[in-house]
Order: sequence, then structure tokens, then C-alpha cells
Amino acid sequence: MADEKPTKKTLDIKRRPMPKQDHHERIKNFEEVALGYPVPTAREEASRCLDCKTALCNKGCPVGIDIPGFIKRIVEGDFAAGIRKIKETNALPAICGRVCPQEEQCEKMCVLGKKGEPVSIGRLERFLADWEAGQDKIEIPVMAPKTGKKVAIVGAGPAGVTVANDLLILGHDVTIYEALHECGGVLIYGIPEFRLPKSIVKREVDYVRRLGAKIEMDFIVGTTRTVDELLEEFDALFVGAGAGLPWFMEIPGENLNGVYSANEYLTRVNLMKGYRFPEYDTPVKQPARVAVVGGGNVAMDSARTAVRLGADEVHLVYRRSRTELPARLEEVENAEEEGVIFDLLTLPVRLIGDENGWIKEMECLEMELGEPDDSGRRRPVPVKGSNFLMPADAVVIAIGNSPNPLIPMTTPGLELNKKGGLMTSPETARTSKARVWAGGDVVRGAATVISAMGDGRIAAASIHKYLTGQE
Amino acid sequence: MYEVIERRMIVPNLHEFTVRAPAVARSVKPGQFVIVRPEENGERIPLSVADWDREAGTVTSIFMQVGASTAKLARLKPGQTIPTYAGPLGRKTDIENFGTVLLVGGCYGIGSIYPVARALKEAGNKVYTFLEARGSFLLYWEDKLAAASDGMFIATRDGTKGRKGHIADMPAMLSAAGITPDRVIVNGCTFLLMRTSELTRPLGWKTVVNMNPIMIDGTGMCGVCRVSVGGKMKFACVDGPDFDGHEIDWAEFLARRKSYGPEEVDPLRRSSCASHF
Repeated sequence: MADEKPTKKTLDIKRRPMPKQDHHERIKNFEEVALGYPVPTAREEASRCLDCKTALCNKGCPVGIDIPGFIKRIVEGDFAAGIRKIKETNALPAICGRVCPQEEQCEKMCVLGKKGEPVSIGRLERFLADWEAGQDKIEIPVMAPKTGKKVAIVGAGPAGVTVANDLLILGHDVTIYEALHECGGVLIYGIPEFRLPKSIVKREVDYVRRLGAKIEMDFIVGTTRTVDELLEEFDALFVGAGAGLPWFMEIPGENLNGVYSANEYLTRVNLMKGYRFPEYDTPVKQPARVAVVGGGNVAMDSARTAVRLGADEVHLVYRRSRTELPARLEEVENAEEEGVIFDLLTLPVRLIGDENGWIKEMECLEMELGEPDDSGRRRPVPVKGSNFLMPADAVVIAIGNSPNPLIPMTTPGLELNKKGGLMTSPETARTSKARVWAGGDVVRGAATVISAMGDGRIAAASIHKYLTGQE
Repeated sequence: MYEVIERRMIVPNLHEFTVRAPAVARSVKPGQFVIVRPEENGERIPLSVADWDREAGTVTSIFMQVGASTAKLARLKPGQTIPTYAGPLGRKTDIENFGTVLLVGGCYGIGSIYPVARALKEAGNKVYTFLEARGSFLLYWEDKLAAASDGMFIATRDGTKGRKGHIADMPAMLSAAGITPDRVIVNGCTFLLMRTSELTRPLGWKTVVNMNPIMIDGTGMCGVCRVSVGGKMKFACVDGPDFDGHEIDWAEFLARRKSYGPEEVDPLRRSSCASHF
């Protein structure tokens, strides 16, 4: 040990893998799958960054994080400065580091990715956030003097929390109204514990509370008080009410017992902790053969949840091929490792029940890929006469959802977009109603956490301009 | 946290439950419901609202003890607190001057029909109330309902009050009194909602039922409360809970209502006293 000489550094440009819980073990628990970089690995990975003069990665980030800026601090070993850099523009780094689709955003732009593999920007973001959480104290940023302006925020999900963060730092007074009994929105009810531990969501919400946000729980804006009533008291209002009713396929048998929307299935397990029934009172069924319909991240979350609830067989039924799966590749691979059976190019056409009204089997059609459709993906076309029966004692339908209807139902003067969400201007996130802004799933339907946060940033900037008379 | 003001068994197995929740009390309307969690690990259950005091900031429901969660609610004492009391939720019952309205209540619905009666009376309707119960010992709030009604009919299975009979006797009782309602509104257990709808369909009486499916969030997100209405998928928490009783697929609704029956009761079996059996 003593006479070991420092060896000359050779340029190792291989992307560092992140340790994961072994798949034989993790299918038996709900604990986080990805374990995060240890310090030496994080510094090695950070040193892969070329610190480009014109950094393209920044442009791929919906909230505009100074990516080479924070990575440089990791190389230098100044983690406190690194997390400060991220928090200049992102209130939820521990969450974004875990659930953002970096491969389609910042990492897609990384120069290293042109020839090899991009820098693991998401994992490094997560590393800094987790490092900070392990410290004694969380730093509070410099706050602007109080402006005396009051802003109401509907929903404590990623959009609302981002708006709150930005406006508090700018000196405005913020009250968040949350309909559920926990803060975090989809981060709490939708994304499973094994992908995003709930303690992290609590920590990030607590941070915004420490910046001075007031949070009113069990408060349903629209019925507990209307938007117009709140506007009498507040100078501006942001609607981040989130996702609404789940979509179904509109085929026979969808109201059979044992047929769930992914929203219901995941809410029972995540928000209500059904996987710990009867310690927690909300039950969730534990059937032997589960079929999940859909191909996005929510479908992967549902299938992997079913595996952990002890199903013998979990099938993921998707009408296109593996290439077209909208879920993140990482999640697809995780699901495959965990034993989820992918029934691709398969379309359910009828759900069939037993004599007591419980799902028994699903009639499906085989599909083949035809010409590209409007989305640019090849259109799935049924193979004539290919009908077959797939046994299932639970079906989870994960094909998307519409924006939450409560605010449009109870608020005059709000124009809606084609999806039934609130119509907003992309530059300002302003709605058609004076002093009302909106963003996230209540505008877009089912989208991503980071796009909701991006909307939140735009809205906060526009609200600030309005409140300070700059427009 | 929300303070329990009153929780007493008003008749066997039915509890009157009053909670301080000023934000709900301020805005609640007839036909709406609240979502309640009895304790930190508890589930979210919907309760129809039966009364409120806007000035005192209190809201009252009548609930029946059926499973583990309602058993927890039934053990609460005044002064204790519960972690969740969210609302009001759902659309309010349509209140206009319809002419003559018959309100049918049973079980917890004898309570939740009361604010509907009061509002319809204020809107200028002739309001008649029909209460159904197994025996007189299961009736409550008759005086409150009488004050909000122009006339009251009661049918009990054992004949201890009113006519010996049940909801099936309702059309004959009304016709004997010379009453033809322009609208019927039903609150109570699923069987009462369904039976009343079956009875009024051939008579052509418009019938509104206040549905009571399983719910989780209650805010238009989870989709568990779906009901087939006129062949279309509707969600009771945001499209209802009031629907046209003649359009509901009752067989499907009954099956869905029972889907968690074993889990509702199972924790009770695990409780210490039950283990002696």
C-alpha cells in the first residue's frame, strides 16, 4: 500500500453504470431499484464531461439547469456548490434525477453521445441531491425582499411546487391548495416507491415549506372554494391540478370487477399503501395472472407493481412492437429483468367475465405494423381472424388519462384545448382568464414530471412579471 | 386534523357524525359528499352529507357501520380528531321548482335526503317524503323531515310504524293520497335506489338516484367510481353522484359495489374479540 505510486491517468470514457438492487431480490420488495452513485463513481462520471464552450445539454433541459456548471463542481469535489447551482433553476433535483427522461432531453444533446455514450447527467443530478439530503442542514437560497403580493397555487404536484419555489425566492407570498391528504401529486399517488421513494418527495415538499409556502390540505379548489372566490383574495392563481379521469379502450367488459385503471391500481398501492394491507386499511387485490394494457411508463410501473404484489404471471399487452414502446428504455429493461412477459403487437377487443362479474379472460387480436401514422410510428393493423383468448384475473388499463375536470367544471371563463385541458399560451402559461395561469397535466393530459415543472417555471416568470408591473 | 363534535349511534348500526370543517361547511350543498379518513393509515371513504351549520363550521353525516373503516369511525368520541375530511365533492342535486317532488330515503339516506328536502321546499316545491325501514327502531330525523315536507309516508317491514310493507307499496300509497310526483329523488342503499327506479320506470316518473360507489380520491382521478349510465361510462365523483335511475346498469353496479366485500370485513375477523369465536 505504502509504496504504491500514483499511476498516470488514462482517459476512460466509458459511462459508469449505476448499481441496482438484484432483480431476484427486488421483485420481493418495494424498495428503490436504482441505488445511486457512490462518491468515487460520481466523480469519475463527472470527469467525462467535456465542459463544452457552447453546452448543448442545457438546451435539452426544460427547466434550463446549468449542467456543465454543476458537473464541474462534482469534479472539484465541491458538492455544496454543485447542488446550489442546480437549485438555481430546479426545486426538485432528487426527483428529476430519478424520473426525468434524460435520454430524450439533456443526455440526447450531449456531444459524447454522438460517438459513444453521453454523460449520465440524471444520475449526477440525483447524486448531488442525495448527497445534500445526507448533510445536517439544507441550504436556503437568498430570498428577495417581500413584495406583499399573494399567489394561490392549485395542487402540490411537480408543477405547483415549482411555481411555489420560484415565486417564494422572488419574494411573493404563496399558498398551495392540495386536494389529497399528501403533497406531491403524481409523485405520491402515481410513481411507485421502487422508482421514487416517498420520503424523497416529502423532503422536497418540506423544502418549499421551509422557503415559506403555506399549504392547505384536503382543499378542493372548485368546490371547497371556487377559483373566482380565491381571486378575490389573491393577486394571481396558478392551476396545477394534474391528471384527471383515466381513459378506457371503449370495448365490452371494462366495468367488470378486476379491471382497473392504472390510476386506481397505482393509487391504491402508492398513496394508500395497499401493498401493506392490513397494516394500512386500503386493500389491493393480489391476483395470479395480471394483464397490463399499454406501453408507457405508467404501464411499466403497473406491471412491475403487480410483480411485487406476488402475481405468478404479469403480461404487458401492447398493440405495437418493442421499438414503439413509449416508456423509457431503462424501465422496459427493468420490467423485462423482473419477469414481465411482453405480449407485443396484441390488441384487446373484449373483456370476458365469469358468472359473478369478475374478469376471466381477454379476447385479443394479433397485429402487424403498417404505414406510419400521424405520430410517425408505424400504424398497428389487425391480422384478420387472429382472435385468441388470454386468461387474466386482473386487467390494468394504462393507456393514458385526460386533464382533471374539476376546475373547468366550476370556473367560468376558461377556454379548453383539444384534450379538454386548460388552454394556455406556451410562452407565458397564461390561461384565457385574467390572473390565472396553468401548467402540467391539467393542460397536457398525461405528460411528464419535468414538462410540468417546465410549465411551472414559465408560469412563475410570467406571474412575477405581472405582479411587478413589468408587462 | 378535524375535530369530531358528535358521534353517536342514532339507531342500531347507524351513526350521526358531526365534524368541525369550516371550509366544507361554508360551501356544501344538498347531494354532495365528503371523503373521510378515520386515522393515519386509514382508507379514504365517501360519506353523503346530511346536514351542516355554516356559522358553527360543522358538517353532519349519517353512516352505517359495515366494514373495518366505518368500525373505526364508529369508535370515535367527541373531541378526538381525524386526519382527513375533504369536500364538498360531487355535483349538487338539481334544485328548481319542479312542482311536486317525492323524496325517498332509507338507511343513511334518511339523513342525506334531508338537505335536499329543505332546499326543494325553499324553491317552492310541494315536497313529500317516503321513508322505508325494517322497523320503527331504524327510523330517525322524522321531525326534521316532517318540518321540510308537505307530507310524509312511512313503510316498515314489521309494521311497527306506518304501513306494513316496503318500497314496492310506495306507488299505491301515493295514489291513495292523490299524489303524482313530477320528480322522484332517492338516497340510500343500492337496493332502494334500484327498486325505486324499477317501480317508477313504468309510471314514467323521472327518478334521480344519489349513487354510492367505491371511491378513493373522489376528485376525478382514479376512476374506480365508474357507472354505466345510458350505455356510457360515467364517473360518480365528478359526473354524479346523482344520475337518472332509469339509465343505470344496476346488475353491473351491484357487482362493482361488492368487489371489496371480503377485504372490508376481513380485518374485523382479525380483531382480538372476534378471534374468540
